[in-house]
Amino acid sequence: MKTELTCITCPLGCSLSIEREADGSLTVSGNRCPRGIRYANEELLSPKRMVTATVRVLSGSGAGHDRLASELMHERLPVRTSAACPKELVPELLQELYKLTVNLPVRRGDALLSNWRGLGIDVLASRTLG
Amino acid sequence: MKELAFDAVVIGGGAAGMAAARELDAAGLSCAVVEREESLGGILLQCVHNGFGLIEFNEELSGPEFAERVEESLSGTKLAVFTGTTVMELDAHTETKSLFCYSARFGVLRLNARAVVLAMGCRERNRGNIRIPGDRPAGVYTAGLAQRLVNVEGYIPGKDTVIIGSGDIGLIMARRMSWVGCKVHAVVEILPYPSGLTRNVVQCLHDFNIPLYLSHLTTRIIGKERVEGVEITPIENGALVHEKAFTIACDTVLLSVGLVPENELSKSAGVEINPMTGGAQVDSMLMTTVPGLFACGNVLHVHDLVDYVVEEARRAGRNAALWLKGARPGSEVRVKAGPNVRYVAPGRVRIDADNKLYFRPLVVKNDALLEVRLDNRVIMSVKKNHIQPSEMQSIVLGPKELLAAQGMPDSVLEISLR
Repeated sequence: MKTELTCITCPLGCSLSIEREADGSLTVSGNRCPRGIRYANEELLSPKRMVTATVRVLSGSGAGHDRLASELMHERLPVRTSAACPKELVPELLQELYKLTVNLPVRRGDALLSNWRGLGIDVLASRTLG
Repeated sequence: MKELAFDAVVIGGGAAGMAAARELDAAGLSCAVVEREESLGGILLQCVHNGFGLIEFNEELSGPEFAERVEESLSGTKLAVFTGTTVMELDAHTETKSLFCYSARFGVLRLNARAVVLAMGCRERNRGNIRIPGDRPAGVYTAGLAQRLVNVEGYIPGKDTVIIGSGDIGLIMARRMSWVGCKVHAVVEILPYPSGLTRNVVQCLHDFNIPLYLSHLTTRIIGKERVEGVEITPIENGALVHEKAFTIACDTVLLSVGLVPENELSKSAGVEINPMTGGAQVDSMLMTTVPGLFACGNVLHVHDLVDYVVEEARRAGRNAALWLKGARPGSEVRVKAGPNVRYVAPGRVRIDADNKLYFRPLVVKNDALLEVRLDNRVIMSVKKNHIQPSEMQSIVLGPKELLAAQGMPDSVLEISLR
């Protein structure tokens, strides 16, 4: 079976044509450099993605009109994975993140999830808030 | 009215404003930053996706992380930062410029300074700018507004989305909308190639099987109260083919159809605008046609990487400091965009020092050749593996290349691609 991919390692964007051999290995054509072969292998055998999302924030004690306008602006805390996550697990990770509520204050780099699913992936706050 | 005096004031506290202000402070000058939002950081704060900072920090950061890193570089400076403060008027008729500002905290403020750095960024083109015909229902947003709603304020603008225009913000939002549980039915692009980066087309569209309609025009937005659908018409040989028009049902339309430098203040202060960039006409010191007013970042020309914004802003800050201390550019050569180049910034280079020039290609091409001509004579040619309009290019030219222009008052430097 032939698969078509666009290599995104560099801006050239080679159109790769990939054939799966009987022994499971991949034969790549259309690449202008060896990085195309590596990209095709990663993408077809174990695709991964960096995941960024936002999670719900519970602002400190001040409720209602005690809260500053600036606090009201930040109803969501931006987060990201510390490493790329297997592509097929991304929806699951997102669902888990959407269920989270974070108490302020939080510092950039704080881990909200550690070693998720034993994959060595942490989810980190990507902004200091509160 | 409270009145304060500084050597310099920077308008805008995004990546550009912060970087410029830091240089002014480092030069030992007093400097204020005026930012209309409640915190510094600018548009980066809503760009929660990854990929910022590869050049500046040698790592891949999210927008908020990048902004915080730049903000941290301001600690230890003596900068006066006015957040939640909007500049309403810039009077640059006299040597000392005056900024009239409003804020809930400080009331009406008048800031006086001999130099002002314009770093107000850009804003999105909207439906009115591109004149999409049809009904006028709720549910039509610019992509950046939707990005702010989703990423900062926590609202999802709709469930079934069509994105018009394939700029990077539109592509990034196609992935974000998919990741927050919406269905993105299509991205529609008038040009025969995507306006955004290839890696965004692959990671934001292919990953979610979102169709990209190239050479297609949105000819109608349909809906009574709320958007109900869009009519899409293919373009063949430069003409609309109405027989092949089709409708996609959706409740939300996001527009990613270009950015415009936000120069209302600059224009009111008498700054001359370059029609190709929508930004100020600047000399080799990034100074506008009004002496003492400098410009950098997206208000000067729309950049695709914040790393380039920071680099350019540092230069603007340094130059403003030098200018305040009496430095002037000296002998300059006019810069012109040649074939296949949309624009070059700045519009002038100096003969006696290195100049960094940013320019934007007009075409998509592999194995291109960049040619620099001084008075029609080729002084440099560089092979480029790949060029496309969405990827800004840069080049450094110094005294070695430009010396031939010494004493030639009408010399022209031309940057072209073929």
